[in-house]
Amino acid sequence: MEELGIVSYGSHIPRYRIKAEVIAAVWGKDGAAISRGLGIFEKSVPSIDQDTATISVEALRAALKRCTTLNPTEIGAIYVGSESHPYAVKPTGTIVGEAIGATPDLMVADYEFACKAGTAAIQTCIGFVKAGMIKYGVAIGADTSQAAPGDALEYSASAGGAAFIIGKNNVIATINHTLSYTTDTPDFWRRAEMKYPSHGGRFTGQPAYFKHITNCATKLMEKAGSKPQDYTYAIFHQPNGKFPVNVAKKLGFTIDQVKQGLMVPYIGNTYSGASMIGLASVLDVAKPGDRIFMTSYGSGAGSDGFDITVTDTITKLARENAPTIAQLVADKEYVDYGQYTKMTNLLFWE
Amino acid sequence: MRDVAVIGVGLTKFGERWDQSFRQLIAEAGSKAILDANIEGKDIDALYVGSMSSGRFVDQEHIGGLVAEVSGFSHLHIPATRIEGACASGGLAVREGYLSVASGLNDIVVVGGIEKMNDVSGTAATDILATASDQEWEAFFGATFPALYAMIATKHMHDYGTTKEQLAQVAVKNHANGALNPYAQYQSPVPLESVLKATTVAYPLGLLDCSPVSDGAASIILCSADKAKNYIDKPVKIIGSGQASDTLSLHGRRDICTLDATVHAAKMAYKQANLTPKDISFAEVHDCFTIAEICAIEDLGFVKKGEGGKAIDQKITTLDGSLPINTSGGLKAKGHPVGATGVAQIIEVTLQLRGEAGKRQLKDTQRGLAHNIGGSGASGVVHILEAM
Repeated sequence: MEELGIVSYGSHIPRYRIKAEVIAAVWGKDGAAISRGLGIFEKSVPSIDQDTATISVEALRAALKRCTTLNPTEIGAIYVGSESHPYAVKPTGTIVGEAIGATPDLMVADYEFACKAGTAAIQTCIGFVKAGMIKYGVAIGADTSQAAPGDALEYSASAGGAAFIIGKNNVIATINHTLSYTTDTPDFWRRAEMKYPSHGGRFTGQPAYFKHITNCATKLMEKAGSKPQDYTYAIFHQPNGKFPVNVAKKLGFTIDQVKQGLMVPYIGNTYSGASMIGLASVLDVAKPGDRIFMTSYGSGAGSDGFDITVTDTITKLARENAPTIAQLVADKEYVDYGQYTKMTNLLFWE
Repeated sequence: MRDVAVIGVGLTKFGERWDQSFRQLIAEAGSKAILDANIEGKDIDALYVGSMSSGRFVDQEHIGGLVAEVSGFSHLHIPATRIEGACASGGLAVREGYLSVASGLNDIVVVGGIEKMNDVSGTAATDILATASDQEWEAFFGATFPALYAMIATKHMHDYGTTKEQLAQVAVKNHANGALNPYAQYQSPVPLESVLKATTVAYPLGLLDCSPVSDGAASIILCSADKAKNYIDKPVKIIGSGQASDTLSLHGRRDICTLDATVHAAKMAYKQANLTPKDISFAEVHDCFTIAEICAIEDLGFVKKGEGGKAIDQKITTLDGSLPINTSGGLKAKGHPVGATGVAQIIEVTLQLRGEAGKRQLKDTQRGLAHNIGGSGASGVVHILEAM
């Protein structure tokens, strides 16, 4: 069988962090109780000059550093999934393409599907590569997600992203199967020109996140003829620390399978970046033969499922040429709420 | 006045019912009750439905006709009336249905209760519920229902030495009962420490001292008692019905720890049934907050004023106690879709009297009482039921 899958990967997480307790103190809430409830201790904060475009460029540059044999001009498509594209009209993908030297023979589009636009981009790249229309495709999921001051989302909405190069040559992890489960379920949304998203509170749980991930994961295992014990690692979309652990247990996965890809307690919910950063964290340590299960979730709503097997080629990838997720998580500097308001543009001035 | 019996009951599962719409819920409860009573649409003379705020929760007013329509008998053109009395809407609908049959005007009526509260945010639900308080003197100044009941609780603690642990024990008991009720919103027991450690909503009430925001519907069929056995073998007779009112605002009361609407509604029901509190075997009481159950068992005359907390310590009100309270799990664990609550209480009492309460079935079920309150106590309804 022809190998098709991940050729390289890279990530970027802004180094500023704010602790949940610091946010809680501003609103007179019990930070420890909130951290316990959400399973989030701190989250990443984009600096004043960081946005989805810069995070995407950093992530893709990291992927290219690891794969020294790949010439950016061989990249035939770049799809950037985000719900915080810097422009409403003007693509993020062109900025990324130009920055890495992949233009002009390049297909580009920006995607939006809440937190799963990046994994939808992976599926698009799989299609083009499989059809032989491009040699390599790049799928990026990145966000500088927004939260209204005082909203429950303020403890989780963070910034970060990951880039995956998809192709048939030097594949470090084959994508054996992918499928999606999609319905029209309005659990979380942001209308045009609204600064902050709205959400359905508890409705974002059972009828949204859990229903879509559970169905997608179940159908994927049916298609692959697999069961939870067949996988070394499992990654689920992580809007908080509780949901992915609960859905994993419900599906029959163990905490040991989940923990390597569970980054949300330390960086928050990077939205389009979330499950992809989880996958990057797994690839940082993965060995040939490891099998990976990933199910993303995007509000609105849908889940993309992936069944992945790590190949021998991963040992040849220069993984050390770019920082691991663990290193990105550890490289941090705390900000207070005042600095946070400046960096996330909560303060408005002309 | 002639005797009236409950000949059919129907309940939906209470909880976050995002899978069902407002009309699907009431249609499910209504059709279950009609099937249970072995009646047909043409047997029904009138319909009463209790709902506190369908207009603000699901943007639908004028639900009398809607309920008749979704129940499949709009072609019969029967009178269909919606009753509103905040969280007592269901209990008031039961009483209106009862009065219409007792008067001789109707032979068989359907009484429904419904609320679908999860289609709005938690904040919006709190605001909507606050419309049952005094807008000018309470809600306007920021008092929500947890705050009002917290004031009752702190006064009760001050005057009678009631403790936070005793409040918590009410939640522990009702969650234990709810775990035995397949229709309850919460299906698990809750340990005392969890109740005590839960996030404070309004001191001394923590999150687990409060009933939840719920979706659900309930329906019963009332019939003149002399014809009840034509339809079912085990009808249950309503032997007392009382209703009373009080000031809308809490601060207008002579004593904020006593819900005089309960006291007077109970007096009316006891008098009609020619009974005293000692004659009651078990009760479903309005425990929208844990303190409310403590006040209720005092105001219904089961224990002396101020001793409601001790009754919890003495395990009088548990399933195996001498006066089991809220065998269904109560509003606390079964859930509190406000308009449905008063009707659902009658259903629990009926099931116990019929011997059909499953794992929570009581042994001594001579007479049961249902007690439903609106707001902080401006409306009170009490019904006493007995097996026929």
